[in-house]
Amino acid sequence: MRHKLTVAVPRGALFADTLDLLDTLGVETGEVRSNDRRLLFEDAGIVTMRPGDVPTYVEHGAADIGITGKDVLLEQPEREVYELLDLGYGRCEMVVAARTGDDALAESLRRLGRMRVATKYPRVASQHFAQTGRQAEIVEVKGSVELAPLTGLVDGIVDLTATGTTLRENGLEVLEEIVTCTARLIANPVAHKLKAPAMDALVGQIRDGGA
Amino acid sequence: MYPIPPGSRDVLPDEMSELRSIGRRLRQTFESWDYGEVWTPLLEYEEVLRTGDDAAAGAGYRMFDGRGQVLALRSDMTIPIARLVATRLAGGAEPLRLCYFAHAYRAVGHGSGHQSEFLQAGLELIGVAGEPGEAEVIELTLAALDAAGLARHRIGLGDGALYRTLLAALEVPADRHQDLLERLSMRDLVGLELLVDGLGLAPDARDLLVRLPALRGGPEVFDRVEGPVGGALDGLRTLYAALADRGAGDRVILDLGLVRMLGYYTGAVYEVYDPAVGFTLGGGGRYDELIGRFGDPRPACGIGLDVQRVHIAQAAEEGLR
Repeated sequence: MRHKLTVAVPRGALFADTLDLLDTLGVETGEVRSNDRRLLFEDAGIVTMRPGDVPTYVEHGAADIGITGKDVLLEQPEREVYELLDLGYGRCEMVVAARTGDDALAESLRRLGRMRVATKYPRVASQHFAQTGRQAEIVEVKGSVELAPLTGLVDGIVDLTATGTTLRENGLEVLEEIVTCTARLIANPVAHKLKAPAMDALVGQIRDGGA
Repeated sequence: MYPIPPGSRDVLPDEMSELRSIGRRLRQTFESWDYGEVWTPLLEYEEVLRTGDDAAAGAGYRMFDGRGQVLALRSDMTIPIARLVATRLAGGAEPLRLCYFAHAYRAVGHGSGHQSEFLQAGLELIGVAGEPGEAEVIELTLAALDAAGLARHRIGLGDGALYRTLLAALEVPADRHQDLLERLSMRDLVGLELLVDGLGLAPDARDLLVRLPALRGGPEVFDRVEGPVGGALDGLRTLYAALADRGAGDRVILDLGLVRMLGYYTGAVYEVYDPAVGFTLGGGGRYDELIGRFGDPRPACGIGLDVQRVHIAQAAEEGLR
């Protein structure tokens, strides 16, 4: 018996590539593409949501599998989900950046004993600075992180960048690369056992199709 | 507003009577298999819990008593029962069959959707080594859940030492084991594959280490293992055969990648699944060294079920009828 899998699909930067991937797997995505507002597509077995919510839905079993960025998974390590595949697309760097030309981060650290860093990824940022032996005060922001150093809120930022364009346009430069993030296929641990044939078929299809 | 701590909850009469009913049916099954119920203190000395397992003793809640001793709320029942067995029942008749219905506590984050206080129903079988012990615990668990009104539950069965055994057999340097096992226990198969690729192993050994965690299903799983496993799977094979003899073969999912977070497991590990619940209903395994840490070495295995999750599965089952 082949169970049908419910897939949590991230809206945002990974949306288009994810739908393309689902197309290659024979999932009907036409309706999802044509309807911007609807979130649940029962016939196709697709639920759409913000990338950061994908691990929650998958962990609780509201979706059997999901696609989200490695950045999201690094920030939510307590979620009990399988990370099955690196899908390769949505490649971004998690970086430390600061205003071009100024030395605010290093100066702050030297004179004030710590640097102030704004980010949407407080866990990743704290861990990076702890691992590199630097004291950092992490300021969590929800929206455009690039604004924070420009207004003097912080000395630098930790954020995700694909091309660096947004950073450059705001007069910021990359100082350190922390980790490369790509889209990942994740699975609910119970569905991973109870729907193993369907899940293995899907993983096999993606492995064969990609690379 | 008079809040209660995150992850805890009040139970009102309708739910309570259903929980009691499930508890009663589980207990009746346990008792009919001669498992006697025990009770241990909610608070234990942290140092004593730590004797059992360092990680498990990292309980979510600690406090000081009047003399400055650190007390902790137990995070599972197996360590307190191991202490009980070694101190109150040392040298006694074997096998020893014990069950419990008790709350355990773990710290959870705000809004995580997890419970910090949870009611566990469980059993421990002490003094039966190897697969006869496992087979009894698993068969009884299946029967107890039948009695509780579940119909679609399954037991995932693995060997917690399997991956470690293979790493040693394939001569992977000992200093790499910890990282690899951590990836595996975090279910990060992408990270695991990266680490394995970095080991520079022969292709068949490399493939074995990468593919093994995804091997799960019926007995055909044994045939899908390719590469130098040697005798590492013999224990699981014997256990599966014993379960099949008891008529439980089709309710067991062999899972070669299964590991459980707690450090005291020494062999077989199990998890309980039901399609109505996204989380495991419970789990357990063999812990042959744990009671010995309290001074009375004896083989043992056991399992714990989260009664609230069993209730969710039971309610869903009722809805299907």
